[in-house]
Amino acid sequence: MKILAIDSSSMVASVAIADEKITIAEYTINSKKTHSQTLLPMIEDMFEKSEIPKSEIDYIAVAGGPGSFTGLRIGCATAKGLGLAWDKPLVKIPTMDAIAYGVFGVEGVVCSMMDARREQVYAGLYRFVDNEMQTIMEQKPVEVRELIEQLNAMGEKVTFAGDGIEVYESIIKEAVTTDYVFAPTHTNRNRAAALAALAVKYIEKNKVISAAELVPDYLRVSQAERERNEKIKSQA
Amino acid sequence: MQDIKILAIESSCDETAAAVVVNGRDVLSNVISSQIDIHTLYGGVVPEIASRKHIENINPVIEKALSDAKMTLDDIDAIGVTYGPGLVGALLVGVAEAKAISFAKDIPLIGVHHIEGHICANYIDNKELEPPFICLVVSGGHTHLVVVKDYGEYEILGKTRDDAAGEAFDKVARAIGLGYPGGPKIDKVSVDGNPEAFVFPRAKITDSVYDFSFSGLKSAVLNQINAAGMKGEEINVPDIAASFQKAVVDSLVTRAMTALEETGFKKFAIAGGVASNTAVRSEFEKECKKRGISFYCPSKILCTDNAAMIGSAAYFEYKKGVRSDYHLNAIPNLKLGER
Repeated sequence: MKILAIDSSSMVASVAIADEKITIAEYTINSKKTHSQTLLPMIEDMFEKSEIPKSEIDYIAVAGGPGSFTGLRIGCATAKGLGLAWDKPLVKIPTMDAIAYGVFGVEGVVCSMMDARREQVYAGLYRFVDNEMQTIMEQKPVEVRELIEQLNAMGEKVTFAGDGIEVYESIIKEAVTTDYVFAPTHTNRNRAAALAALAVKYIEKNKVISAAELVPDYLRVSQAERERNEKIKSQA
Repeated sequence: MQDIKILAIESSCDETAAAVVVNGRDVLSNVISSQIDIHTLYGGVVPEIASRKHIENINPVIEKALSDAKMTLDDIDAIGVTYGPGLVGALLVGVAEAKAISFAKDIPLIGVHHIEGHICANYIDNKELEPPFICLVVSGGHTHLVVVKDYGEYEILGKTRDDAAGEAFDKVARAIGLGYPGGPKIDKVSVDGNPEAFVFPRAKITDSVYDFSFSGLKSAVLNQINAAGMKGEEINVPDIAASFQKAVVDSLVTRAMTALEETGFKKFAIAGGVASNTAVRSEFEKECKKRGISFYCPSKILCTDNAAMIGSAAYFEYKKGVRSDYHLNAIPNLKLGER
């Protein structure tokens, strides 16, 4: 069984080919270049260098959100196009779950967080028990300070991962009262290899969808929708 | 000669569309999923909502285009996709999807200019039409007077300096309470109006005989409405709409006819959303006939945003050997004739 995994939900563009046993290929770039230009050339390059025939791919795993709205759509449209053309199922993985899975096995609580601007993050809380990742708090948009209060109340050691760390480092340093560490550089951002590894678990439980079904979970409505809802509410 | 079958994808604004076109002229399928209902709630196209709708709709639309054409991707020779101009987030959905399908099945990819697509809609409905000719592209986002020198070769004679013609329709329609989308609504109420009831300005651009301007006209209409409001008079909506529409049509016709007279071309075509306007079609037909010029226009369905026109444009590029690589990006302000 081979999985092609794609994560373009943040600044990082990351693609991987993996099976149940190993990561066969992974290509990760953290640059300012637009995913629209880099993502497919990276996938093409990875197939060429690994000499894996495209026909051997059985599943396409994709970071299903949250993240940058445009980044999510580029990754999802790519996955949908591949799934349609190959007639293969898709595995949609919550972005924060995949980041947390990257630090598999650490003690205490894992907090993955991505910047959602205005002192907010998209965050999820996890714990590793008996070789499985358990979700303590499902991914959601949350105020950084509110999240930290929750972590302080839990009182356990925290491992932080995701690009939210860089943005809110000073707040974390100032406000977190428990023991904590920042994940090292090879696991502190979105990695398609982690996404693929987690996808294996989904496939075992047959949690797959069709290419047509895939839509990103933005976890936020558009600005126009929000303003309209507020207007309707104030008129009511 | 072997038939060339192109799967085309279009997502530049608020229609998610896919089509299968043979040899640039024969449409085997033309699927359009319109988002107009949702954008009507906001009085115009909301880019983020349009992008979200595209990603929901794109696979079923492509699958239907293939099944309507009784084909699979294995029958397809090339994939054409709109990569500009348009809303960048919306374009990116189609571009990413097209690149993925092209890569997955090793089918050549061709990035298509949206306006070029509109022009090529004429090749679908007018099988005998061949370049050279003059084409006026008028839509919600564009007003271009173009010499089509050859397939895929264009010279822009004039364009709008401010609002696109369709944009003026939308703004005026909103001001007189007709709502979105303005074009079809003004077209409809104008039938009962007197186009001579108000005299609105026809803007002239001092340094160009072919450029357009519609913002002055739009302001004049808004002033008329405000003035009536101040005096407590009721406005006659059909009269305002008909008079405004006449002013737009006059501006378009004057420049196009000047271009035909100056250049000596004997063929003229219109394209784009506004080309489905009844007054635009009938006025151009009449003026062309007067001058012995052959007039062409696409059927109404091919005037709106669709993928069949993209499939036609992609075919002529394909024949010239044009291919896009996987670095193809969405270019929101792509100029006609640029790659």
